[in-house]
Amino acid sequence: MKVLAALSGGVDSAVAAARAAEAGHDVTAVHLALSRNPQSHRTGARGCCTIEDSNDAFRAADMIGAPFYVWDMSAEFQEKVIEDFISEYSVGRTPNPCLRCNESIKFEAVLNRAIDLGFDAVVTGHYARIEYGPHGAELHRAVDPTKDQSYVLGVMTAEQISHSLFPLGDSTKVEVRAEAQRRGILVAQKPDSHDICFIPDGDTAGWLARQIDTEPGDVIDAQTGNKVGTHQGAQAFTVGQRRGLALGNPTGEGERRYVVDVDVKTNTVMIGPPTLLDINVIEAVNMRWAGPQPENGQDIEVQVRAHGESLPANVELTSDGVVITLRDQLRGVASGQAAVMYDGTRVIGSATISRSRRSVTA
Amino acid sequence: MAYLDHAATTPMFPEAIAAMTQLLAEPGNPSSLHASGRVARRHVEEAREIVARVLGCRPAEVVFTSGGTEANNIALKGIAWSEREQNPAKKRLVIGSTEHHAVLDPTHWLHDSNDFDVTWIRVDHVGRVTPQALRDALGSDPSDVALVSVMMANNEVGTTNDIAALTAVTREFGIRFHTDAVQAPAWLDVNFAELGVCAMTVSAHKVGGPHGVGALIVSRDCKITPLVHGGGQERDIRSGTLDAPAIVAFAAALDVVSHRRTNEVKRVSELRDSLVEHVFTIAPDAIYNGDPEGRLANNAHFTFPGCLGDSLLMLLDAQGVECSVGSACSAGVPQPSHVLLAMGETADHARSTLRFSLGYSSQESDVAELVAALPDALERGRRAGMPRGAA
Repeated sequence: MKVLAALSGGVDSAVAAARAAEAGHDVTAVHLALSRNPQSHRTGARGCCTIEDSNDAFRAADMIGAPFYVWDMSAEFQEKVIEDFISEYSVGRTPNPCLRCNESIKFEAVLNRAIDLGFDAVVTGHYARIEYGPHGAELHRAVDPTKDQSYVLGVMTAEQISHSLFPLGDSTKVEVRAEAQRRGILVAQKPDSHDICFIPDGDTAGWLARQIDTEPGDVIDAQTGNKVGTHQGAQAFTVGQRRGLALGNPTGEGERRYVVDVDVKTNTVMIGPPTLLDINVIEAVNMRWAGPQPENGQDIEVQVRAHGESLPANVELTSDGVVITLRDQLRGVASGQAAVMYDGTRVIGSATISRSRRSVTA
Repeated sequence: MAYLDHAATTPMFPEAIAAMTQLLAEPGNPSSLHASGRVARRHVEEAREIVARVLGCRPAEVVFTSGGTEANNIALKGIAWSEREQNPAKKRLVIGSTEHHAVLDPTHWLHDSNDFDVTWIRVDHVGRVTPQALRDALGSDPSDVALVSVMMANNEVGTTNDIAALTAVTREFGIRFHTDAVQAPAWLDVNFAELGVCAMTVSAHKVGGPHGVGALIVSRDCKITPLVHGGGQERDIRSGTLDAPAIVAFAAALDVVSHRRTNEVKRVSELRDSLVEHVFTIAPDAIYNGDPEGRLANNAHFTFPGCLGDSLLMLLDAQGVECSVGSACSAGVPQPSHVLLAMGETADHARSTLRFSLGYSSQESDVAELVAALPDALERGRRAGMPRGAA
C-alpha cells in the first residue's frame, strides 16, 4: 500500500513508520505543523510541533528511507481543536482536545488529503489494534494497557479505521523504545509527551483565563446552599475537581470537598462531599460508530476518561443520543468528555457526555 | 529523474570541481607570508581577476563572502550604517517589495532593531520595479534615503529589472544603490561598471560553482561598515580566512558561464518555452507568472488554480520530478509567496504556485519527464483542493 506516516518527531510514530516500511508498504512521511508560531526547541515533556520536533521527524524519516514533507494544519487545528476547546470550556463542559484532534485533523483533514493525493492509508504511532471481523475493520484496545489509546481514537468511523494502520498496537512501550534504539532512531529516549500540546506550561486554568472573559463568582455548598467562597470564573472548573478550590473556611468534619456542579450561566461552582458525585446514568450525544451500532439494551463496557477504567454497563439508543446505565456507581463524570463504548476489547463507538445523574431506582 | 530546480542550486561544472579539488590538498593560507601562502594568494587573486572580468568590475571591487546571504547583509547593514554615520538624517531604506529574504530580513532587522525607516517599492503585475515606482517611493524629498536596493532578477517569477534605468533615478540625488544579482550571471550579461550601482551581490552555487562562497562587488567609493571583525582580509569589509579552493572554483564556474552563456540562453529559453507550451496543453487554466518576455531564460513559474503548490511538489517528487513552490519556507511549511502578493495576486493563488527552473545541464528529457508526470499530479492535487493552511 501507499501509506502516509504522520511523524510527530517522537519515538512512537517513528517506529510505527519504520514497521510499516518493513512490512513492505511504500511510506511517505509528513510532520503536521499545528502551531502558527512554533517554538524552536522543546522544553521537557510538554508541548509539541517545535522546529526541533520537525527536525527529529525529518531525521527519523531519513532513517526509514521515506521522503519527508511538512503539512501545515495550523488553521484547521486552531479552528477545530483550540477554538472548540475554548468554546466548550466557556459553556461549562470539559472537552478532550486529543480526541477532537484525531476526529477533525489526523483522521479527517489529513486522511482525506492523503486519500485525495493517492495514498491508501495513514500510519500513526497510536497504541491500538485494527482487526478485520465480519463487518470489516474493527478498532481494538492495545495489548499494553498502560499505553492503550483506543479511547482517544474512539471517534473514528469504520471507514476511517479501514484507512489507518496502527503498527504499535501489539507492542509495549518498552519494546518500542528498545526497537527505536536498535533501529538507530535518535529520538529513542525522548520523553513521552503529556498534557495538552497547545498549553506548553501545563497551566490549563491560567491559559483559559487568558482566552475567556471570566468574572469572580460564588462557591456554594451544595448541601446547605451557603456561600463558602469565591472563584475567579466558573469556566475553569471541572466536575470532580478537588484541587484549586481555595476555600477559606474548611469544614469541621475535615471531609474533602469536590466540585459537584458548574453552572456557567449563574457563574456558580457547587461543591460537596464525594458522595454527591456518584452517578450511574450517562446521557451522551454526537455518536460516532466504529462499526455496526449496538443493539438496544446491549451489555457493553464504557470508559469515560482517557486513563479511566472500563466499566460494565448497558446502552439504550434514544432518538438523539444514547443512555448508558452503569452497573455500579461512578464518581465524578464531567460533561463534554467522551464515553467510549467497548465490546470486550473492540471499540463500538463513542458519544459526548451531555449529562450524568443518579437513576431514580438506584 | 528530472531536476527542474536550478534556481535553488545548479550542479557544479566539471571545470569548477577540478579547480576546487586540485586545491583542497594544498596547505597555504592566502594570508601567510611564506611560499605556500603566496601560492594560495596567487590562486585567489587570479580568481578575483576572472570574477572581475566576467562581471565587468575591477578586481579590487570584488569582496569574497560566504555566499549571497552574507553579501546582502553586508550591503544592507554596512551601507545603511555607514551612510547614517556620515549624515544622521539618512535613516530611510527604499527596498523592492519582491526581494529575496536575504534582503527582506536584514531590512526588517534594520527597521525593528536599528531605527531605520523603510519604504517598499511597489512592483507592477509582472513583478517589475519601474523608474516611476522608484521615484514614487523616494518621494518629494529623498534626502533622508540611505540606500536603495532592487534585485536584478526575481528568484521566484524570473522577472528582470532594468537596473541602469533605476540608478539613473537615484543618481540625480546621489543615493547609494545595491542590487542583488544572485540569479543573474548565468543568464544575463552583467556589467557592474555600466549598472551605476555601488554594490552588487553574486553567489557561486547559482552559476555552477560550490556552495558557501559568493561575493559582494563594491565600488571603490562606497564606504561599508563591516559586520564581522577579525583580520580584515577583504578590504576591511569582510574578515575571515579566504576559502581559496571555493573561490577558485567560483571563478572557474563564472569563466565557463562567460563562454557558454550566449548559446545556453538561446538553447535553454527554447527548452523553457516548450515546457511552458506543454504545461498549457496539460493545464489550460494555468497562469504563467512574471513577464513573458523580460525574464530569466531558465524560469517558468505557474499558478495552478485550485491546487496547493506543496501538494503538487510532493506528487511530482514521487515521480522523480524535482521543482519548487518558489516561495520561502518557514519550518518546512511553504508560505504564500510575498512576490505574488506584491504583484497583486490573491493569497490562494500565492499558495498554488510551482517554479520550474532549468540550467546548463537541462535536456529535453527533463521536460518530457515533467510532461509525463504532471497530468496525474494535477488531477490528484485538484482533488485534494486547497486545505486552509496558515491564515
